[in-house]
Amino acid sequence: MAILNVNPTRMELTNLKRKLTTARRGHKLLKDKRDELMRRFLDLVRENKQLRREVEQGLKKANGYMSLARSAMSDEALNVALLMPKQEMYLDISEKNVMSVMIPEFSVKFKTADENDVYSYGFADTAIDLDEAVAAYAEIMQKMIRLAEVEKACSLMAAEIEKTRRRVNALEYVMIPQYEETIKYITMKLDENDRSTTTRLMKVKDMMLEQAHHYSQHRAQE
Amino acid sequence: MYKIAAVGDRNSVYGFASLGLKVFFAEDGAEAKHVIRTLAAEEYAVIYVTEKLISEIPDEIDKYSDKPLPAIIPIPGVAGNTGFGLRNVSRFVEQAVGSDILSD
Repeated sequence: MAILNVNPTRMELTNLKRKLTTARRGHKLLKDKRDELMRRFLDLVRENKQLRREVEQGLKKANGYMSLARSAMSDEALNVALLMPKQEMYLDISEKNVMSVMIPEFSVKFKTADENDVYSYGFADTAIDLDEAVAAYAEIMQKMIRLAEVEKACSLMAAEIEKTRRRVNALEYVMIPQYEETIKYITMKLDENDRSTTTRLMKVKDMMLEQAHHYSQHRAQE
Repeated sequence: MYKIAAVGDRNSVYGFASLGLKVFFAEDGAEAKHVIRTLAAEEYAVIYVTEKLISEIPDEIDKYSDKPLPAIIPIPGVAGNTGFGLRNVSRFVEQAVGSDILSD
């Protein structure tokens, strides 16, 4: 692992130590965030899959009735029956904050008081299959709204988890080791400087004593 | 107040009109792209699009994937279920976990 390009000084060392503490704390927090997001995500995804199966099943049924209705009625009659609906659906949207991911929550509002009031035509001129189709659609609608909510949440959370995971890994395998190595390098360098200063001082002391007392000459005379 | 839309070929999305969804007809990817763009700019929170159309314009769909609104949801068309919807969910798992651990 490469060390950072810094001067081996005490000030850098203090700075790096502070950065390392921050990185470690950030790493821990992000890891917690990732784990919690993952837990919720997996729950949501399971619900999502379940809902999707139910909705697809329901739509298949509704589409089947619709095909029957279409074969029994003329296009014009179908247009008249369907394209001027009396029911209207609106969504009220609130945002929920899950681990700093903003997830929309939908609540359905209907135009008419009775939400099952979906038959926008008189029963006289239409095929019975159309009634069945509309009923099937109405039945599945709540689930479809919930599906939209869950699927959007899953998509947003998946993106956030991916981002968080990258950050956690970058901190764990790049930033933190890099800081640690650099701190080690600076500590070694400073220690080495200390030692070399000590030896130099000892050497100088020796030389000064030699100058003052001429030990080597005394030793030679004995 | 946000609205809900369904986009697809005529036969697939026709029935949603009775529930009070706004239906928009599109026969191919280019048309759907145009419709979705218009809808996204307006106050539509959920746009149901048939799987067939969605699979033709993945780039356009990706644009909305990281925004909270609108939610673009694939639904099977009248031609039948292509399995795109469930594959899409598996893709989320893959993106988040690294591999699809929930496949069965």
